[in-house]
Amino acid sequence: MLVRYRGAEGMLAWAFHRISGVAIWLFVILHVIDIFLVGYAPGTYDSLLFIYATPPGIVMEWLLGAAVLYHALNGLRIIIIDFWPRLTRYHRQLWYINWLLFALVGIPVTWVIFGQFARSMGWWAR
Amino acid sequence: MTARYGRSGRVKPQGDRFETAVWYLMRLSGLGLFVLVLTHYLILHVIHDPAEQHASWIAEFRWSSTFWRVFDWLMLMLVLFHAFMGVRVVLGDVSGGRAPALLRYGLYLLALVLFLIGTQVVLTLPNVVPSA
Repeated sequence: MLVRYRGAEGMLAWAFHRISGVAIWLFVILHVIDIFLVGYAPGTYDSLLFIYATPPGIVMEWLLGAAVLYHALNGLRIIIIDFWPRLTRYHRQLWYINWLLFALVGIPVTWVIFGQFARSMGWWAR
Repeated sequence: MTARYGRSGRVKPQGDRFETAVWYLMRLSGLGLFVLVLTHYLILHVIHDPAEQHASWIAEFRWSSTFWRVFDWLMLMLVLFHAFMGVRVVLGDVSGGRAPALLRYGLYLLALVLFLIGTQVVLTLPNVVPSA
């Protein structure tokens, strides 16, 4: 789809919104079940918690944050354009503002999350 | 039905009252989730390390106040509505129109089960260590 249909920013914004949305939906299903285990089988929950400290766990956590942040910012852009249609003229600028905010928030968060990872691997002293 | 367009050329919400209500509620829940989910991620993934969040930490610290239980319960309801209605739209697009009834009702059933188990744990988890 991305190769055949040569759409511009609006199409990419839509595709990323879908991909991040479905990914977050999958995580929400997993997350409600794992939190249910806190009450139902706390021992099982605790024994699975180490997954968050493994390299794939940290990368997934980081990707989840990226998906949530993108979906939140782009969703706000959609709401703005839906309720103030005159701003459609600036949809491209709004999309670039999204990425600017994404980087401004995302870079420090990335630093913290991979910092937790480095500490758990013993590369950094606490 | 012909599509209705706004001044901008963007397609306006169409369909019956139910679909129009869902259209508005998607945006309303989205605004709520913007605040709730970003706050949730900031606290539980940036300020605290998830690897240290054992069951006892949640019972004794995280859910020690009614505020955070209500916060999480509200987030549960909004996220289930928003995520499952969003996936319903995706399924509709994939199946070229409306998603098959079986798929839609399966989706609603899964959302209901998650609502029930999520509500059960957030409202009834004791503040004492349930360590096993």
